[in-house]
Amino acid sequence: MKKNKVIIKLKDVWKTYTMGENKVHALRGLNLEVAEGEFLSIMGPSGSGKSTAMNMIGCLDIPSKGSISLDGTDIASLAESDLAQIRGQRIGFIFQKFNLINTLTAKENIMLPMVFQGYPENKRHEQAERLLRLVDLHDRMDHRPNELSGGQQQRVAIARALAVSPQVILADEPTGNLDSKSGGSVIDFLKKLHKEKGTTIVMVTHDANVAKHADRREYLKDGQIVKKL
Amino acid sequence: MFKDFLNMAIRSLSRRKLRSWLTMIGIFIGIAAVVSLISLGQGMQNAIEEQFFQLGADKLTIQTKGPSFGPPGSNTDLMLMDSDLEVVKRSRGVKIAASRLVEPIRVEFNEKEKFIFVATLPQESKEREMVIEVANVDPSDMIAGRPLKQSDQWKVIMSEDYLEPKFDNKGLQVGDKVKIDGQAVEVVGMYKKTGNPMVDMAFVMNEDPVRELLDLPKKSGLIVAQVTPGIDMALVVENIEKDLRQHRNLKEGKEDFEVESPEDLLDSVSTILNVVTAVLVGIAGISLLVGGIGIMNTMYTSVLERRKEIGILKAIGARNSDVLGIFLVEAGVLGLIGGTIGILLGIAFSKTVEIIATIALGTTLIQASFPWYLILGSLAFSFGVGSLAGTYPAMQASKLPPVEALRQ
Repeated sequence: MKKNKVIIKLKDVWKTYTMGENKVHALRGLNLEVAEGEFLSIMGPSGSGKSTAMNMIGCLDIPSKGSISLDGTDIASLAESDLAQIRGQRIGFIFQKFNLINTLTAKENIMLPMVFQGYPENKRHEQAERLLRLVDLHDRMDHRPNELSGGQQQRVAIARALAVSPQVILADEPTGNLDSKSGGSVIDFLKKLHKEKGTTIVMVTHDANVAKHADRREYLKDGQIVKKL
Repeated sequence: MFKDFLNMAIRSLSRRKLRSWLTMIGIFIGIAAVVSLISLGQGMQNAIEEQFFQLGADKLTIQTKGPSFGPPGSNTDLMLMDSDLEVVKRSRGVKIAASRLVEPIRVEFNEKEKFIFVATLPQESKEREMVIEVANVDPSDMIAGRPLKQSDQWKVIMSEDYLEPKFDNKGLQVGDKVKIDGQAVEVVGMYKKTGNPMVDMAFVMNEDPVRELLDLPKKSGLIVAQVTPGIDMALVVENIEKDLRQHRNLKEGKEDFEVESPEDLLDSVSTILNVVTAVLVGIAGISLLVGGIGIMNTMYTSVLERRKEIGILKAIGARNSDVLGIFLVEAGVLGLIGGTIGILLGIAFSKTVEIIATIALGTTLIQASFPWYLILGSLAFSFGVGSLAGTYPAMQASKLPPVEALRQ
C-alpha cells in the first residue's frame, strides 16, 4: 500500500494521573503516526495505556505533556468545546460496549451526531437510512438497542460512527463483547469499509486474531510503543 | 435542535415513569393551588364589578367616615342629618338625592329575639326608584307576596333567606306578624335572594314608620345621589365635598364624611381582594418552590445516573451547551407537564367551589374565571420553574469531562 500523508501524529505524549500521593504514568512518551487510509491495530495487555492512547487520539482527553495533531490541528491546546467540534466532525467512535442511547431507536441513535452538527432534518433521515442499509439493519431502524442483539447493536454503533463521514474511525475493542460469529462480521465490515471507502481506522484490541486483519500492528506496553510484546 | 432535545427528554422521562410522576406532583399541586386561587379571586372581582354596573354608574353614596361595625350609614357617633341632605340636593350636578336609614332593630318572632338591620326606602316616588336601583332589590323579583307600597305603614319585606328557620325552628312566611322594637309589623313580601349577604340579611321598610319607631326625625343615615346626565361624576363628587365641608364647617382634608362613586368603591374592594389573593398565591407559591426543589433533586439524580450517557453524547460531538440544553429541556418538560396537569386540576377545583358556593350558600359572588393570561402565564411559569431548578444539575452534567463520564 502506498504511503499517504500522515493524518494523526502523537509526539512524546505523556499522560499522568495523580492518585492520592502517587503519580501514575499511563503514557510515557508515546510516539505514533497514522497515515490517511490506513487500518492500524494497537495491541497491548490491560494497563498498557491502550485506552488512554485511544482517548487522546479521539480528542476525549488532552495529554499532560507532548503534542497530538489531527490533520494538522494541534489538539493539546484546545478548549473542550473545540474538542467537541473536532470529535463531532472528524472522528467516529466504536466502543466495546456499543454505547448506544437506550431511550432512542436505532435510527435516532444514528441521527444524533448529525443533530449536534446541525444537519437539516431531511438530510439526517436520508443519511441514517442509507447507513442502516449499509449495515444491513434497514428493517430494524425503529427498534431500541435493547431489542437488538449484540452484533446488531455494534452495527448500529458503526453506522452512528459513520454518520458525519469522519476522517478517522476509532474502534476500542469492537469485538470484546461479541461472540466470535458477530465479532467476525464486525471485523469483516470494518475491513470492507477500509478497502472500499479508504476510511482510516485505528483499532485497539488485545486479541491477536482480531488484530491480524489490520494493515499494520503496533504493540503498546507500559505507555510506550514496543517492537514486540 | 430543540425538537430533537424535546424528543430525547420525553423518551428519557417516560422511561422513568414513576419518578417523573412523583416529581411532577410537587409542581401540579403548586400550580393547581395558584390557578384556583387566582381564578376564584378574579371571578369574585368580576362578579362584584358586574353588581356595581347593575347599580348604575351614575349614583353616588355619601356617608360618615370612621370605624363602623355595621353596614354603611349605621355609624352612631357621626351622623349625616336632614340639613346635609338638603346641601347635597342643592349641589351642582346632583339630580336627585335621598336618605337611606340603615339601623339595627330588635325583632321578636316565635318568642325569639334577634337584632337585624332595617334599611329604609324613601317615601317619594323618584327617590324611591333610585334607592331601589342602588339597593339592588328588584321589586318584580318577588317570590312571595308583593313589593312594599309607598302607602304601607307597618309592613316589611325581606329576602327569601328568612324562609329558613332563623327564629329557633321557625322561618318567616308572608302574612306573619313580627314585633319590631315592640311594634307589630306584617311581612307582606319576600324577594329573591341577591347573593349579596348585606342585602339578603336586611329588613326593608318605608322611611316614615322607621323614623317614627326609632325616633330619628332628622337623621339622614346614608345619602344616595344621582348625577345629572352629562355631567362628570368626579366634578360632582368635588362639588358635594366642597358644599358639605362648608356646611359642616370642616377644613379640606379633615372631612368626617366621604363621597363615594361606584368606581371608588370598586377600587377599594378590588384592592382588598387583590391583597387577599396575593397572600394566598404567595402561600401556594411555597408549594411551587418545594416542587421546584423536587425537580432539582430528580434532575441531579438523573445526571448522576446518566454520566455514561453524557459521556457518549460528548464522544459523538455534543458540546457542553448541547448537554446543558438536553438536561434543561428535560427539566422544563417536567415542569410543563406538571403545570398542565396542575392547571386542569385548578380549573376543576375552582369550578367545584363555584358550584358548591352557588348551591349551598346561594351566593353568586364566587364565580371562577379563567382569563387567557392566567393559563398561559401558569404554563410559562411552570416551564420556567422546571428549567430554573434544572439549571444547576444541567450545568453539572455539561461540565463532566468526557473520559470520566465514559469510564463507568
